[in-house]
Amino acid sequence: MRKFALTAIAAAFAVTAFTGGAAKAAGDAPVPEAQDWSWQGLFGTYDRAQLQRGFQVYKNICAGCHSLRFIAFRNLEGIGFNEDQIKAIAAEYDIEDGPNDDGDMFTRPGLASDYFPSPFPNEKAAAAANGGAIPPDLSLMNKARVGGPDYVFGLLTGYEEEAPEGFDLADGKYYNHYFPGHQISMAPPLYDEAVEYTDGTPMTLEQHARDVTAFLNWTAQPELEARKALGMKVILFLLVLTAMLYAVKRKIWRDVEH
Amino acid sequence: MSAPQWNNKVVKWVDDRLPVISMLHHSAYEYPTPKNLSYMWNFGSLAGFVLVTMILTGIFLVMNYTPHTDMAFESVERIMRDVNYGWLIRYIHMNGASMFFIVVFIHIFRGLYYGSYKAPREMLWWIGILILLAMMATAFMGYVLPWGQMSFWGATVITNLFSAFPIIGDPLVTWLWGGFSVDNPTLNRFFSLHYLMPFVILGLVVLHVWALHTVRSNNPTGVEIKTPADAIPFHPYYTIKDLYGIGVFLIFFSVFVFFAPDFLGHPDNYIPANPLVTPPHIVPEWYFLPFYAILRSIDFTIFGIPAKLLGVLAMFASIVILFVIPWLDTSKVRSSKFRPVYKWFFWLFVIDTFILGYCGAKAPDDYFLGIPGLKVIVMGQLSTLYYFAHFLVVMPLVGKMERTKPLPASISESVMKEGANA
Repeated sequence: MRKFALTAIAAAFAVTAFTGGAAKAAGDAPVPEAQDWSWQGLFGTYDRAQLQRGFQVYKNICAGCHSLRFIAFRNLEGIGFNEDQIKAIAAEYDIEDGPNDDGDMFTRPGLASDYFPSPFPNEKAAAAANGGAIPPDLSLMNKARVGGPDYVFGLLTGYEEEAPEGFDLADGKYYNHYFPGHQISMAPPLYDEAVEYTDGTPMTLEQHARDVTAFLNWTAQPELEARKALGMKVILFLLVLTAMLYAVKRKIWRDVEH
Repeated sequence: MSAPQWNNKVVKWVDDRLPVISMLHHSAYEYPTPKNLSYMWNFGSLAGFVLVTMILTGIFLVMNYTPHTDMAFESVERIMRDVNYGWLIRYIHMNGASMFFIVVFIHIFRGLYYGSYKAPREMLWWIGILILLAMMATAFMGYVLPWGQMSFWGATVITNLFSAFPIIGDPLVTWLWGGFSVDNPTLNRFFSLHYLMPFVILGLVVLHVWALHTVRSNNPTGVEIKTPADAIPFHPYYTIKDLYGIGVFLIFFSVFVFFAPDFLGHPDNYIPANPLVTPPHIVPEWYFLPFYAILRSIDFTIFGIPAKLLGVLAMFASIVILFVIPWLDTSKVRSSKFRPVYKWFFWLFVIDTFILGYCGAKAPDDYFLGIPGLKVIVMGQLSTLYYFAHFLVVMPLVGKMERTKPLPASISESVMKEGANA
């Protein structure tokens, strides 16, 4: 029993050591500072008010260039909006639909079942409007970068007004502390009071960055809360079951010299 | 063993016509098993359990997955977001691959430590290696299916390896791809084969168990069962012990699935495949890293054979060499418990594979563990050399020269002795 448990722990440790190495292998940019996020830890959950503020930041700032193609308006229920609010949010958007019976495409107000429309009709248009760089889709951003939310937050707050001396910054690029290679095409997107909060939360660049990162964590892992809650139950169940199996095992083996 | 008499009429009726019940009784109930098996012997049944888990979750994933370059990534996200408990099924399947390799690697190291490959278990060992190879092919093709950046570039790098073979290389790669690059035909055939291979593995597992039940389980002493007192029936002793093992394993598995589901994966695979953008570091999944390190460590030509071909051959050889270790190991003693010298070499070998894994994860020009002057590529070359030296030099020589400890007369005797010492 003890040996087995030790083996299991050793295996877990080995795997951790292993993949830690793998994760660190990618990218030469400085490692972003670890932040405190509400969803961390065994019991961490999303802060609905923060997600809604983050959504506000996305909607008013990021959405100008970045799509969110895996998120439908109906999904916003997950950040605490009710049905009427969702319908109202969706209706603010013009969605292209069709063809109608005349064979023409037409625009109509968005429905809860629609997905967030992309700011550009295609990648070429996106690149043309952004000096050749395509603004990536943000739905999975927090899962698609080493460092996850810490990286996204670091990037949003990591702009320097001036590149360090001797750094050759290309035209139309900006210096970012955490972006691999430091030259990023995205202009600093956030600033103090970029978005007006109504709940009294300070409207600083840092707070905006924190909130939109939280929102993007939800878009990347909308299942997070359900996953952890189920995980708790599953592991508690397994602990009891395994303890009972061990007791039965001891009883069955009692008379065997082994 | 005589066929049991069945009292239940239905059971008897069936069994007289097709003796499945007798067969099950014979191999899952009364199968005489050494009574001294340690928990290291749990990993075979665990591997079987993971295989079934993978097949079941895979079947449900296929119901919602679309094998097309335009839709594969999106269909996976649909599974994650819109399919009821889709995230659970996918995370089990995704982490299940890693669990499968953890369990199987421990199973193989156990076999190496206790000499489970030696006569009369060579066929059993061979089938095991075939299972490993089939698993590697399956895992590789499965990783391509979500069609993320690592899927695409991993597939490109690995399939390109075949171009190293002279003359047939390039046509072979075109044939594998079904075109002139990794594209929709590649994705489609990988999907087809990824669905097929697990059933090939299942067939191999049946042969593996058949061979096992013919030659019987090895045990920590490496001494065969000699008298009925050395063995106990598989049921209930090992059924309950295996169940308990599955319980512990499921807790370990669940921690990953529910609390760190992307820990073992690579973030780049959440970026949709893009043939025009190459990721800065193309890294395989962790379970391929040691083999990847061996492949990469050959950066020189020998007798005009190009480095790439040598690397590919070395990588394949690192597994194929396992087929001949029943003859490379010259020791008369199976278990390393009684081999005071070889035991140390075994652990050195284990450490060597970990070092290889580390080297596979790093860029060749990085410094090994940050030690100045020690490039990862050099360390990879040294550990590759040691990997093969273990089989080709250590195994034959230590087996001949080592003075082994006296073996117990029987399993029962060893059990009594340990009991007395405890």
